[in-house]
Amino acid sequence: MNLRKITALASIVILSLAMVLTGCQAAPSATSAPTATTAPTTAPTSTTAPTPTASVTTDPGTTAAPTATAAPTATTAPTKAPTPKPTATPVPLSGTLISAGSTALQPLAQQAATEFMALHSLVSVTVNGGGSGSGLSQVNSGAIDIGNSDVYASEKLPADAADTLVDHKVCVVGFATVLNPGVTGVTSLTQAQLISIFTGVTTNWNAVGGPDLAIVIINRPASSGTRFTYDKYALNGAVEATGIALTEDSSGTVRSTVASTPGAISYLAFSYLDATVTAIGFNGIAPTADNVKNGTYKIWSFEHMYTKGTPSTLEQAFLNYMVSTTFAPQIIALKYIPISQMTVLTH
Amino acid sequence: MANPPSRKVLGRINLYYWKHENLGRGLVTGFGIFLAGLTLLMAGFLAVKGLSTFLVDHVSPLEFLFSTKWSPDADVPAFGALIFIVGSILISTLALLISTPFSISTAMFVAEISPNLGRKVLQPAIEIFVGIPSVVYGWIGLSVLVPFIRRSFGGLGFSLLAGSLVLALMIFPTITSLAADAFRALPTDFREASYALGATRWQTVRKVLLPAAMPGILTGVVLGLARAFGEALAVQMVIGNMIRIPGKLTDATVNLTSIITMDMGNTATGTPWNDVLWSMALLLLMISFLFILLARTTGQKRRSLK
Amino acid sequence: MRRRIRPQITDRIATATLYLVAGAFVLLLVAFVGYFLYSGRSELNFKFLFTEPAFSTAGGGIGPELFNSIYLVFLSGLISVPIGIAAGIYFAEYAKPGRLTDFLRLSIETLSSLPSIVVGLFGFLVFVILTGWKFTLMGGALAVTILNLPVIARTSEDAIRSVPESIKEGSLALGATRWQTIVRVLLPSALPGIVTGIIIASGRAFGEAATLLYTAGMSSPRLDFTNWNPISATSPLNPFRPAETLAVYIWKINSEGLVPDARQIADGASAVLILAVLAFNLLARFLSRLLGRRFGGSRS
Repeated sequence: MNLRKITALASIVILSLAMVLTGCQAAPSATSAPTATTAPTTAPTSTTAPTPTASVTTDPGTTAAPTATAAPTATTAPTKAPTPKPTATPVPLSGTLISAGSTALQPLAQQAATEFMALHSLVSVTVNGGGSGSGLSQVNSGAIDIGNSDVYASEKLPADAADTLVDHKVCVVGFATVLNPGVTGVTSLTQAQLISIFTGVTTNWNAVGGPDLAIVIINRPASSGTRFTYDKYALNGAVEATGIALTEDSSGTVRSTVASTPGAISYLAFSYLDATVTAIGFNGIAPTADNVKNGTYKIWSFEHMYTKGTPSTLEQAFLNYMVSTTFAPQIIALKYIPISQMTVLTH
Repeated sequence: MANPPSRKVLGRINLYYWKHENLGRGLVTGFGIFLAGLTLLMAGFLAVKGLSTFLVDHVSPLEFLFSTKWSPDADVPAFGALIFIVGSILISTLALLISTPFSISTAMFVAEISPNLGRKVLQPAIEIFVGIPSVVYGWIGLSVLVPFIRRSFGGLGFSLLAGSLVLALMIFPTITSLAADAFRALPTDFREASYALGATRWQTVRKVLLPAAMPGILTGVVLGLARAFGEALAVQMVIGNMIRIPGKLTDATVNLTSIITMDMGNTATGTPWNDVLWSMALLLLMISFLFILLARTTGQKRRSLK
Repeated sequence: MRRRIRPQITDRIATATLYLVAGAFVLLLVAFVGYFLYSGRSELNFKFLFTEPAFSTAGGGIGPELFNSIYLVFLSGLISVPIGIAAGIYFAEYAKPGRLTDFLRLSIETLSSLPSIVVGLFGFLVFVILTGWKFTLMGGALAVTILNLPVIARTSEDAIRSVPESIKEGSLALGATRWQTIVRVLLPSALPGIVTGIIIASGRAFGEAATLLYTAGMSSPRLDFTNWNPISATSPLNPFRPAETLAVYIWKINSEGLVPDARQIADGASAVLILAVLAFNLLARFLSRLLGRRFGGSRS
């Protein structure tokens, strides 16, 4: 009898475990199921990705509708965003909004969330990091409402998944080449010089007008959005040599590593520049917000917020707030660039 | 002839026995099986995710294990993980080699030489070390250790050595506290018998207590190794993540956990690049399993030799 | 004569060496803690401890993060301590020695070596997506529990095993059932070892970052610290809300923070973390002594 009780208890436990097990295996198989079908399509995407012209022309094409809607809101939001609120007060905004993804966009999104929640007391907005790739997969799988990304969704997701996401460009971010302050005499590098450095051909600073000091390359991981943008616009898609560069996971660690490593070169978003590193020009043009706006400084990209399909009222309100004039001073304060101030929208 | 207990009494005894024995037994058995099930569940989960690299993306397992060519973003991607595997093994074993002698010495001190100081000063100190998050270790490594190595040993500072040292510090408390517990758990008879035979304290510790406590110490070492293998953030901040096999201690290198943490968030679920990272996690699990198996069998052999 | 002197000399040398190693270790800890307390000293004030963090300006605090960390350790302890100890008892006393048990034990040890990011992503799939909870404190606590369970189970098992056989036999000989022996005799004797395991596990939970990035999230919703209704969305006690813990916050501020005083905040938060671990430790020891006295009352 005792034995029976034990076996009964054990079987209950095993049964419940099995239930959890099957439930969980449903999850991976659910996620891996699309893999099976999309695997063939991923290969072409990754092969077309490195050709910058192709993806640049196709991306605005495929996301033409969202860009068209997002761009006008960017300029008209100032008048639009505040007005619907008083008139629409009968139904105040409420609910929760979860966004995740790009760590580069996170501080800005978090600031926006705080201010947005101050305006709408019934709304709760949470902002998570995790990286652009995870942000895009999560919004695609429906785990979150808004996926933040440094790059176009088509760079990360299989084409059919990327097509279901709607792009909202929220701001522009510029990237600067940064050097350890010990590298004196170098104030700007040309594209050819940068390619030569990052592919491991030039290995000493004296070849580009600096001191006699070995060059130490500090990279972001190959999957990083920042590295993608930098490779595309600063290095013209050149393949960086592996095995000669240190890799740092985040902008913060890149900055402190460049600051402390003699002869170091890396790249950072404008928002991370400070006195501990020397930011230098590209092709003779200084890395300033003004030069990005007027199109002379080429290393910049859009920051994206993706929604699954058409955004809900709440999502749209938050996205509107991100590009509103109310929020523009914050964007500028954090050294991002509001899209409304850009005179060029392509590289 | 004793009176056979009446049915009623028997029933009560059974109920009493049931309540006090089988309920508890069933409960802990259930939880034990739950834990085992959880473990197998995790392993199954990793296997499903990790094997899709080979089953769905058709990467050759041989290429994955034995190729040093890692270019996941190239036009024709290559997913050779040998560099990461070698890096992981080098860093963990080196950390263990640095840490274990100090850990065992400290455990001896805590348990045998000065239990009073040990309990009042060292034990709390050890536990504080455990509580310090890995990111803080990494930050200290980055701001203190890396410049120090660059100045004293040359190179970039970001190195195999820096990674092993940080890791050694991180696994030190785990090994030490478990080793100290192993010493403490030994019966006092062992010590008294040894002293009675005229052995000095060191002889007692070295010849009697150390062998007797070995299984417990090995458990500590194994758990330390386990932590070393799975540790990511701290190591990743100081080893430099240069994708190559290091030639010397001061060379930068990379390991499995670093590449997993760096690329996992930035790649989308279901892409071959992401799947390969899961395969690495699966591999990590298998390597740890083998290491632990090895440590256990050697531990058992030693025990049976005594 | 030589034979008798030499062991004594080695004994002296060995003792001195052990003192040296132990001393060096304590010195290292003092330097470590001192470094953080010194660099974080400017932030160790009430304002820093209890105000909300800022995202772009200097002067933000760590109030919600501190609370979340403590609450998460508490929640995860609530789940992992009973299960862990029970599983430890099972493996120490009831599991039939054999291949299967050995294999399971091995697997559990291996589980504790998983990189925390892998556990985090597992937690993400199960506790975030499958349950439909999205990013929650509860999900984070459960994911951390996966990390903690093997440690607690393993150390509990070892602690129970290391109770001398004679004590156990004495209890059984007095007519106690096996379960009574476990609860009344083995557990109280093994308590110090079990507490060590719990402290190690809780320390790990306190400092865990990678797992929580994908389960508990990296931000806190608005919290109303006057609202103690655990079901309310703005209540800090609600376990089904996103929560950023102190370790996650340190990680975030170090890696992607834009606030001008990021370094000071990180230093201050690290100092607070170390102090909190210290306080937690003392509490656990106090509790263990209290419990030990209660359960093992007849012994002392």
